[in-house]
Amino acid sequence: MKTSALITMLLANGIVIAMAGYFFWRVLRSGPPDEVDEDKANFPRGG
Amino acid sequence: MSKENWGSRVGLVLAMAGNAVGLGNFLRFPAQAIQNGGGAFIIPYLTCFLLMGLPLLFVEWSMGRYGGKYGDHSTPFILHNVSGGRSLWKYVGVFGIFTNLAVAAYYCYLESWTLAYVWRSVSGAFAGYDSAAVSQMFTDYVSLGTSEPIVFWIICLLLNTWILSRGLAGGVEVAAKVGMPLLILFGIFLAIRGITLKEGVDGAIYPGTEGLNFLWTPRFDSIWDFKVWLAAAGQVFFTLSVGMGSIQCYASYLRQRDDVALNAMSAGWMNEFVEVVLGAAILIPISVGYLGVERVIEMTQTGGLGLGFRTLPYLFQQWGPILAALAGMAWFGLLFFAGITSSLAMGTPVMGFLRDEFGWKREHAAWVFGGLTLLLGAPTVFFFQYGVFDEYDYWAGSVSLVVFAMLEVILFAWVFGMDNAWAEITRNADIRVPIIYKYIIKYITPVILIVVFLGSLSGDTGILAKIANKDIYAEIAKATDPTKIAELEKKRLFVNASRWLLVAVFALIAYMVWLADRKRKREGYIPVIRND
Repeated sequence: MKTSALITMLLANGIVIAMAGYFFWRVLRSGPPDEVDEDKANFPRGG
Repeated sequence: MSKENWGSRVGLVLAMAGNAVGLGNFLRFPAQAIQNGGGAFIIPYLTCFLLMGLPLLFVEWSMGRYGGKYGDHSTPFILHNVSGGRSLWKYVGVFGIFTNLAVAAYYCYLESWTLAYVWRSVSGAFAGYDSAAVSQMFTDYVSLGTSEPIVFWIICLLLNTWILSRGLAGGVEVAAKVGMPLLILFGIFLAIRGITLKEGVDGAIYPGTEGLNFLWTPRFDSIWDFKVWLAAAGQVFFTLSVGMGSIQCYASYLRQRDDVALNAMSAGWMNEFVEVVLGAAILIPISVGYLGVERVIEMTQTGGLGLGFRTLPYLFQQWGPILAALAGMAWFGLLFFAGITSSLAMGTPVMGFLRDEFGWKREHAAWVFGGLTLLLGAPTVFFFQYGVFDEYDYWAGSVSLVVFAMLEVILFAWVFGMDNAWAEITRNADIRVPIIYKYIIKYITPVILIVVFLGSLSGDTGILAKIANKDIYAEIAKATDPTKIAELEKKRLFVNASRWLLVAVFALIAYMVWLADRKRKREGYIPVIRND
């Protein structure tokens, strides 16, 4: 494979894999949200 | 009505990523990259992802969660509330229902091709045929030479409707949890097979790396070409499924304490992984390995659909019967999963609107969506050869998205106000969103979208030329055979009729929004009015 193509491919794939992996890992390890359930607040339908 | 929620965060992110990942990730992206500078395309592409894609994801996720707070799960009344009760915006929100319905109408048919081709691959239907015969099989398929396309189309519609009728946690989320991992698994299998193709083995005339060379060799001069940037912006736009109203709908089922920033980032980058890493490593390496660069350039000029359905099934046959069946199942299977996770996302806003505004039960709304998709999709199936399918794709699947995204980002950043918008994006966020995005969303994203819209107005394939049917008239002018001229005239008739049908659907939805608004007023509904 040509060096320039290899560098471009590795760089692009590296960035995308790292970002996708990092953010998905953050989703997996994030704890449950706060106990305060805002859904139970009295928001009228439609505002 | 009890509030429906997502069952798990991973399920939500996979469903959102599944919404974004579509057939375009595997068929459109490689074709766009080849036509626009090879490896250098990734620079404008990633730039547009950061400056337009991610901001739009933040905007749509936040708007959705905001709408969900007030019990709204479709864009007309989400936009109405975000605008502080300004009447006009709920009619802009009509796009968020219209687009989903009109795109689902032809997309489910496209999805059914992939299911039929899984069956054909597994049953060995392509074995022993030459490339012309395999290509002809596709022509016969879309020309409705047999009842097979109709059967698979109905199966697809029923499957979508059934999953939607089971709700978010029990239907959509389960489909995403099964479909997305399988899609990635199939993609990895095909990518490894494609990249490791060896010259002279199994009939390949070039190694798999030849296709990668072709795709990734940067031609930096193309970076200075405005058209390349327009193509990159367009690709980012369509791949993320922004401007449809489906993201807002999914996000409206979040709980108010849930994060949107990290979820949006994760779903967005997961889509990029499927597109850039897997999408670039299958179609082109395999095609170039057997056909050579020149032939592939020629074949991708009209997109990747021809390569995907006409050529790949034949190329897989060169790998022997077992591997051919496995590769065919993996390729069309991954396209099917990419398709169904997107079409399910298209059903949810339509159902959300019917449930919110008219009090319909989930199952009832799902079957009505299925029925509407059948009715509206029928012209794309039966008059495919007259360009009806392409017409739906152009107006509902391209133009509407750009118009809606442009207006919604202006609404969120300028009417809702950037301080309110930023507070919504960062509320309960599990990551720190870089403050620069506050300015990107306010200034850069709207400008890019306006430029994309203006750029799509002119030119030979632009909106204005399309309205005037310039392409068909040019073909008529070139044609000499009276039969061919008659066929083209017929095509023009069908194209115009399908446009009027889409206009009528839009008007009907706008009328339903008006009815819903009247009903809300009767029930004492007060829109959200801010004092800022």
